[in-house]
Amino acid sequence: MWIDLLPIALLGGLLGLDVVSFPQAMISRPLVAATLAGTLIGHSLSGLLVGAALELIALETLPFGASRYPEWGSAAVVGGAIFATHPSHPAGAMEMAIVASLATAWVGGWTMVKLRERNAYWAARRRAALDAGSRGAVIDLQLLCMTADFLRGALLAAMSYALFAPLTSAAIRAWGTDARLSRAVVVTVAASIAVSAALKIFHGISGARWLFLSGLVVGLAVIRIV
Amino acid sequence: MSATALAPVPTPEHRTALPWRTQCAIFLRLLAIQGSWNYEILLGNGIGFCLEPALRLLPEGIHSDHFKQALARESKYFNAHPYLASVAVGALARAELDGEPPERIERFRTALCGPLGSVGDRLVWAGWLPFCSLLALAVFGLGGGPVLVLSVFLILYNLGHFGLRLWGLRTGWNNGLRVASALANPILRNGPEHIGRLAALATGFAIPLALYRVIGPGRVLLGGVLTAVLLSALLFVRLHGRMEGWRLSLFILAAFALFSVAH
Repeated sequence: MWIDLLPIALLGGLLGLDVVSFPQAMISRPLVAATLAGTLIGHSLSGLLVGAALELIALETLPFGASRYPEWGSAAVVGGAIFATHPSHPAGAMEMAIVASLATAWVGGWTMVKLRERNAYWAARRRAALDAGSRGAVIDLQLLCMTADFLRGALLAAMSYALFAPLTSAAIRAWGTDARLSRAVVVTVAASIAVSAALKIFHGISGARWLFLSGLVVGLAVIRIV
Repeated sequence: MSATALAPVPTPEHRTALPWRTQCAIFLRLLAIQGSWNYEILLGNGIGFCLEPALRLLPEGIHSDHFKQALARESKYFNAHPYLASVAVGALARAELDGEPPERIERFRTALCGPLGSVGDRLVWAGWLPFCSLLALAVFGLGGGPVLVLSVFLILYNLGHFGLRLWGLRTGWNNGLRVASALANPILRNGPEHIGRLAALATGFAIPLALYRVIGPGRVLLGGVLTAVLLSALLFVRLHGRMEGWRLSLFILAAFALFSVAH
């Protein structure tokens, strides 16, 4: 576990940076971040599975303006890495990976708020130079805040992984519910959040509900054929 | 008469295009426009950071008062969608290099904040992002492997993302202070609605497939899960505003984990 900590911290830092600071190419979306973390551990498919479940939940929290939202980049790295360390997918592994991700995303959202407050403090300290049009002050502030964001994501991912990886192993040993039933609970919760988010997002668009139902019928027909 | 008094006063050069290197520098910096986002000046410093390569082209150079005043003006409070802020950066670069009066530039900056925020939120955060995400989930549900799923999502999403930033920079530069008319572009006006319809269709299609892939074969279990999903989704919609779904899911799953361990 400890040998994985440094690469996980680096990945967490990079993907945490993508959430807001740079380059917002959505490599921090859970589907991508968890898969990359799984690949790092050596089991990308495990990362993809847990990433898909997290992506469904993340559909509810889109990064609108100054709103406060969970930080999925570092959080999905933790979940993807934890699930990938149990490639046989024993009962409880997915549940614990999702719980670890959600808890990390919650703390990550809080750290983002604190970082933004800190950025404001750094900007205020450079106010005179910024008002004087100092090129150095503008560039320095931008680079300082981005570096702090990278460190925030890296530390968060490392600490969360160090906490939840042993906790997950212990929980798996004591898990008493059937594996498929456990997984069904996870996806039921995740998909419910996704459907309710979609209903809220597309609420005002004419015909959206019928299109959703049409898609559902086609999706079910495909499953029947498969 | 001193030598300074005899020196010619630089006049703004009306450029038709930014040099290629400057365009590249601005575009790269646009990717980091939110790097110093904070609750005081929001995107302000990011705008100054992105405009700095363009301001270097001011005839008096980077050590002049003109450069410093322009950079100070552009680093003040600003708010916009991060991708569509490129429109503002292009337009402000044009205005500064064309020598528009400072008061006019400041009024323009203030007026641009609202529209660039709301249009971007509707088009990208509430449209393009969920659509690409759901399409990738559909590919995952159809059996796509990690490389395929990630490629579909990242390539499709970033075609829109980078395309929008490039379009914004060019449109802003080409229109300068008259850029407001460009925001009436049909893609910006009607795009969110069309993308929203596609995303609604993708939601219905992707969710059962993704569930099937995660749970594994077994129609009875899938049928039960789907019914539970639809019922709980309606419950979550009713709860809207009272509790966020992701927090609720954390509590439910943590409680389930405790039960399963203690069981």
